[in-house]
Amino acid sequence: MAPTIASHAITLPDPLPLDSGQVLEGVQIAYETYGELAADKGNAILLCHALTGDQYVASPHPITGKPGWWERMVGPGKPIDTSRYQVICANVIGSCMGSTGPASDAADGKPYAMRFPVITIRDMVRGLVGLLDVLGIERLHAVVGGSMGGMQALSLAANWPQRAERVLAIASTSRHSAQNIAFHELGRQAIMADPNWQGGDYYGSDAAPDAGLAVARMAAHITYLSEDGLTDKFGRNLQDRPDGSKGAKSFGFDADFQVESYLRYQGSGFTQRFDANSYLYITRAMDYFDLAEEHGGRLADAFTGSSARFCLVSFDSDWLYPTAESRHVVHALNAAGAAVSFVELSAPFGHDSFLLEVPALDRVIKGFIE
Amino acid sequence: MTALRPDLAVIACHVAPGSRVLDVGCGEGELMDVLRSDSGCDARGMEIDPVLVERCVAKGLSVVQGDADRDLAEYPDKAFDYAILSQTLQTAARPDRMLDELLRVGRRAFVSFPNFAHWRTRAALMFGGRMPVTRSIPVSWYETQNIHHVTVKDFRDLVRAKGVTVEQEWFFAGDRQIGSASANLRAEYAVFEVSR
Repeated sequence: MAPTIASHAITLPDPLPLDSGQVLEGVQIAYETYGELAADKGNAILLCHALTGDQYVASPHPITGKPGWWERMVGPGKPIDTSRYQVICANVIGSCMGSTGPASDAADGKPYAMRFPVITIRDMVRGLVGLLDVLGIERLHAVVGGSMGGMQALSLAANWPQRAERVLAIASTSRHSAQNIAFHELGRQAIMADPNWQGGDYYGSDAAPDAGLAVARMAAHITYLSEDGLTDKFGRNLQDRPDGSKGAKSFGFDADFQVESYLRYQGSGFTQRFDANSYLYITRAMDYFDLAEEHGGRLADAFTGSSARFCLVSFDSDWLYPTAESRHVVHALNAAGAAVSFVELSAPFGHDSFLLEVPALDRVIKGFIE
Repeated sequence: MTALRPDLAVIACHVAPGSRVLDVGCGEGELMDVLRSDSGCDARGMEIDPVLVERCVAKGLSVVQGDADRDLAEYPDKAFDYAILSQTLQTAARPDRMLDELLRVGRRAFVSFPNFAHWRTRAALMFGGRMPVTRSIPVSWYETQNIHHVTVKDFRDLVRAKGVTVEQEWFFAGDRQIGSASANLRAEYAVFEVSR
């Protein structure tokens, strides 16, 4: 049985107030659902996507044609079982897959570009809660997210404590570290240094800052992997030539090493499906994220109003959001008296482990959600 | 469901229904499961082994992967009605500090441990001249997690020195509960309920 696939976008009935003090009018939220919503609407699971993710969690991506980003986790009989739950996954505001973002038209009919207001993780969640309101879903069975999706899940738990019964944050954090911000700044500077960026006004022109965006993606991609994973996969192996001959050092700057070729492929593939300005806005939102700061400086205070059950998962090879970041959240939840589970899973894939084949993650997710 | 280990069973029937409980070193969560389903307790666990934590989470239990020697410090004072430490005291870096922490986060604590002064252990050491491997201490000295072997008398001395009150105590030889007379010689393991 194939999962029920619905392709939808709604316009929020009310203006969306932002943390910056600005207000977005006529916000559109694009989303997908999988599985049937129960008559009492009590079986909904909100899935929050990561930085460059989208709503196509378990159905083919309309641009790349590739399978959904969590196809292995979401579907009938899978750990997040769409024959029991309705999974809702929306494109966050600021992004570029149908939700309002910098590429959307502003009131004057021209794309916002850099006129788009700077948004935060909490603003994204405001948009998601707006969607739930339109769908009439008062209380989620669970909110689930990895990486930036985990930030959204924690933000929802802190700011809308009655909206979710279960909160699952995987390979995530309650705040961005200096190192996290530094890597994002590298990516943003690569985009803004591309002459084709044109101050963000590249929409409708025949040149987009693809080179800069590809570099940003390459740098970020390195942070998603682990040194051991990279060594296992590529080592110092040389890349075969396009004509099929054996790889050799070119004494030039071609992609001699397989790892170079891989990164270039990742970078160029990314530019086909993602908007450079969205990358700027979303990385900014992540850098601004500090859940404790939003709640008077004490993280435990963010969770005092929550009756939800929490589960945090980290991976031992993740150096982007290392286990200590998850533990920090767990300690705060303990101090707030929340029911919390936490496990550090062993996996070789670095931060990306949450997207890849880690059977223990499947068991934890299934056990926690059910 | 399989029957609880005797020390866990005695703890399970002496925890007041509806209590908030922290099971330190909760393993696969057998005791938490019973406390939750039979006594309506709000049971939380701490366990160092990620495989066991994963099994607990899969059962829907709230268990945090952590090292009791270090991570108990993160819990607020008197956050629980009971803190439980079953067969884990002897693995603590500092059992005395562990006892303090248990009675800080819990109003009361249950502590169970294998009694190193059991006659079989004594005999094995006396006649064998080697670190005993018995049914209550089943692992060789070089691979055991037990770094501070303790006896019933030692534990009594410790609680006395700390001004901790023993509320109740139970002793077991195999699966059989025995009286407290010469427990230090006859008990393979002991369970104490303590408070401060």
